[in-house]
Amino acid sequence: MIYLQLFTTFFLIGLFSFGGGYAAMPWILSLVVEQRQWLTTAEHADLTAIAEMTPGPIGVNAATFVGTRMAGLPGAVICTLGCITPSLIIVLCLAFLYRKYRDLALMKQILTRLRPVVVALVASAGLTILKLALFGEGGSFADLRYVELGLFLLALLVLRNTKISSILVLLGSATLGTVIYLFF
Amino acid sequence: MNEETKSAFYEQPHPYISLFIKMLTISAFTFGGGFVIISMMRRTFAQKLKWLEDQEVLDMTAIAQSAPGALGVNSAIIFGYQIAGLPGVAVSLTATVIPPLVILSVLAFFYQQFISDPIAQIVMQVLRAGVAAVIVDVVIDLASNVIKSKDILNLVLMITAFLALVVFKVSSLLIILAALVIGILPIGRKES
Repeated sequence: MIYLQLFTTFFLIGLFSFGGGYAAMPWILSLVVEQRQWLTTAEHADLTAIAEMTPGPIGVNAATFVGTRMAGLPGAVICTLGCITPSLIIVLCLAFLYRKYRDLALMKQILTRLRPVVVALVASAGLTILKLALFGEGGSFADLRYVELGLFLLALLVLRNTKISSILVLLGSATLGTVIYLFF
Repeated sequence: MNEETKSAFYEQPHPYISLFIKMLTISAFTFGGGFVIISMMRRTFAQKLKWLEDQEVLDMTAIAQSAPGALGVNSAIIFGYQIAGLPGVAVSLTATVIPPLVILSVLAFFYQQFISDPIAQIVMQVLRAGVAAVIVDVVIDLASNVIKSKDILNLVLMITAFLALVVFKVSSLLIILAALVIGILPIGRKES
């Protein structure tokens, strides 16, 4: 029963991938590629690239890709459901606890210490993407891309000083950058 | 939930439709993983719409990061719950899943052309600059809140956690656990 296998495989991937979508990739390699042999290693590498190049959560992208290849649209839906079910159960429990106990003194104390650490998490994710944008994969400081640097500064300036939505800023800077690369 | 931010959501003419559309657009235009999605949600739901407070956004990010699974999915679940309870979860999760489901089920058959397309590669490379700007913008706001709070321990925690992540590549889950322990221990506790 392929649907059941797809569901349980992606349920496990969803359950074990701590630390966001990229953490799912090694599990996909071991469960989908090595154990089930639903994808080749080359397809797995492609999948990583596509999941990154397309919008939306990386885990859902990967689930849809494998599901579609194995069993069409129903497969895509089943894999996506499998991959989000553990999240749904665990996050809802945590959300419920948060809402119930957030005003307790101990909980307040814990949250006070968690918040600055979360800022650091977001900052480090930002730094990783910024490095990738400005220097490319594994690039050194000599590889600084001036177009991307200009786009980054311009986008940041717009975000800081206007109320233009971040999606418009993203689309605008991507369009501008593509035009610059294509025509200059 | 704060009463003021709660009413801001229900005062909308069509609150659930509006939540659905916001989540759908965020998911459809967000490239590069979970923290971008969280940064977008913060700008949309806390800064512009005022459905949530900045503090709640940080708490929910910690929860989304502590649970397994894709960060984007986890944050859709918890932002939906915090904004509008279980109906909010159903609405925001459906909206978050639809764009990747549609795009990837089409791309699963044409992906070779897509990956090797030179224009697609240029777009991906330049998109990152904008994505980085979105995250940095959020970080500037959040970090300046921590600095302004004048809580020395929090400032030290933020800087230490950042260095641990960037320089020593410590896993983010370990960092959250460490902050949990520090929160439980009676260090720097304010009597109020």
